[in-house]
Amino acid sequence: MSVFINKDTKVIVQGITGSTALFHTKQMLEYGTKIVGGVTPGKGGMEVEGVPVFNTVKEAVEATGATASVIYVPAPFAADSIMEATDAELDLAICITEHIPVLDMVKVKRYMEGKKTRLVGPNCPGVITADECKIGIMPGYIHKKGHVGVVSRSGTLTYEAVHQLSEAGIGQTTAVGIGGDPVNGTNFIDVLKEFNNDPETYAVIMIGEIGGTAEEEAAEWVKANMNKPVVGFIGGRTAPPGKRMGHAGAIISGGKGTADEKIRVMNECGIQVADTPSVMGETLIKVLKETDLYDKCKTH
Amino acid sequence: MNIHEYQGKEVLRQYGVAVPNGKVAFTVEEAVEAAKELGTDVCVVKAQIHAGGRGKAGGVKVAKNLEEVRTYAEEILGKTLVTHQTGPEGKEVKRLLIEEGCDIQKEYYVGLVLDRATSRVTLMASEEGGTEIEEVAEATPEKIFKEEIDPVVGLTAFQARRIAFNINIPTKLVNQAVKFMMGLYQAYVEKDCSIAEINPLVVTGDGKVMALDAKLNFDSNALYRRKDILEMRDLEEEDTKEIEASKYDLSYIALDGNIGCMVNGAGLAMSTMDIIKHYGGDPANFLDVGGGATAEKVTEAFKIILSDENVKGIFVNIFGGIMKCDVIATGVVEAAKQVGLEVPLVVRLEGTNVDLGKKILAESDVEIVAADSMADGAQKIVSLVG
Repeated sequence: MSVFINKDTKVIVQGITGSTALFHTKQMLEYGTKIVGGVTPGKGGMEVEGVPVFNTVKEAVEATGATASVIYVPAPFAADSIMEATDAELDLAICITEHIPVLDMVKVKRYMEGKKTRLVGPNCPGVITADECKIGIMPGYIHKKGHVGVVSRSGTLTYEAVHQLSEAGIGQTTAVGIGGDPVNGTNFIDVLKEFNNDPETYAVIMIGEIGGTAEEEAAEWVKANMNKPVVGFIGGRTAPPGKRMGHAGAIISGGKGTADEKIRVMNECGIQVADTPSVMGETLIKVLKETDLYDKCKTH
Repeated sequence: MNIHEYQGKEVLRQYGVAVPNGKVAFTVEEAVEAAKELGTDVCVVKAQIHAGGRGKAGGVKVAKNLEEVRTYAEEILGKTLVTHQTGPEGKEVKRLLIEEGCDIQKEYYVGLVLDRATSRVTLMASEEGGTEIEEVAEATPEKIFKEEIDPVVGLTAFQARRIAFNINIPTKLVNQAVKFMMGLYQAYVEKDCSIAEINPLVVTGDGKVMALDAKLNFDSNALYRRKDILEMRDLEEEDTKEIEASKYDLSYIALDGNIGCMVNGAGLAMSTMDIIKHYGGDPANFLDVGGGATAEKVTEAFKIILSDENVKGIFVNIFGGIMKCDVIATGVVEAAKQVGLEVPLVVRLEGTNVDLGKKILAESDVEIVAADSMADGAQKIVSLVG
């Protein structure tokens, strides 16, 4: 089991003929992901990497039976692409694109209300279920199949955490990058809920960063609902206020969104937080041992 | 992106939001000329810098005649203002806003921001104008009123009216206040603001509702479609290294320490700063080279880091995903050759093409301390910098 995606997930690539999309389509196919089609308006009928290209998402879905989409469309057009995926009633739309104007995303969120599609991202590395399905841009080889769920606002920090786990013999179920933007689709709580319900996931690492209050809300949810251990990490402890640290969402403003406050709330809610990014794996292993889950999670 | 108060007021005027008459002045003569043109008994000389707290720092003066305008303009132009937002080094005043004085009856606060929890733009207001909204939120949260705005219909008149009544705008001025808020929202969405803060909004003795100050920030991801706003960018208000970095699509923020950092990914870059601090060091910058960096971009990033004379050592921390380690290694070697590296360099490589990357570093003439992990690298650079 896993969350969101598995070996049977059929995926289309929106913006497939762009250079980044092409590169990653190839990587995803090599990983074993079932890429069944692509969409680039005006290039319908073409074939790239052995994958048929369609003019519209609806057409692609009708022809291929895809249930998920990954979006590599440039920022000025990405919001429209997310809405097109929603209109085609896909289960899942994963948007990799960064630098989408925030007011575009405000409209997208409103458009998606009450509709069936789940959005992951934007500005995220994607979702990967180890050895089954990789949708996004993460390096596949660091992921090993196992029982730890990973959810993160940051791409490279996810790689760091996964790498530490795999090196220590702890495999993962699914790693979900929810993205670094202030307005995104799937949030921490959505993913935690899925991990909580997934019988194969025994524990979770949750990686946050400064800005907003999503980590605090997630921590409260964990305290009230989660029946599996969760450990955390928060990036940006030393970031100065008022400066946007790369991610549009990573900014301390008006005294809100500091790492210390997030860590305090997480600790209060029973989440152990790694002191430094290099001990995310160690911290989880310590908790696994305390909860007698270590042997069950040691996969290789 | 930030703009000056006088520019913010120009934008607001386009949307029918009432602001006092005023003109920008770059010299003392222009200031006096502007005051003459305004022709009011009293005018205000306001320093234009990208920071709040100007009044307390002596950057805002009320002049009762042209002589006083001259005196204050001479005093403020060229002065370095230190406010709670400028940092200890302060900011030099190079522009003034000369504005008509007005008879303030009462000050209010009105602001538009994105509420991340609801993914909606939210109108916030309070009758505690003039003080910072964070302080009001802390001391008297019941005095802050909020309206969540549906992006499809925009701010509705009834919401603006409800806010106006809630913050006790005099009844006969409520319609003016509504018009003000509707215009402000229009400006916010049509110019892709990230913050539009009016503090204070004032009600005057002659029955007007006006923005006495205006702080507009813009979503940098939307500037491609807001050329008029981009033209208002004042490069003198920004760090030269940050400007240079933005030319190469590098996300760079200058800090006070002495360890230069080069990292891929914003989260990892922030965490690299954290771990350097954890081991007792002090980062000189935040630098995310991004996912698609070329060797040339890496070289430029290196030069920018080294242009900060406080830098006594560099820590390169890369977890290659899309970013390939051999590209980073090539860029690092090239940069070290070009700039003649004189400070210690610690490199930690992991991820895509890591072996090739390590080989390139090992075979080069550049003196590089290799690190096995982030922690190892941070400890090494901290001890090397001493």
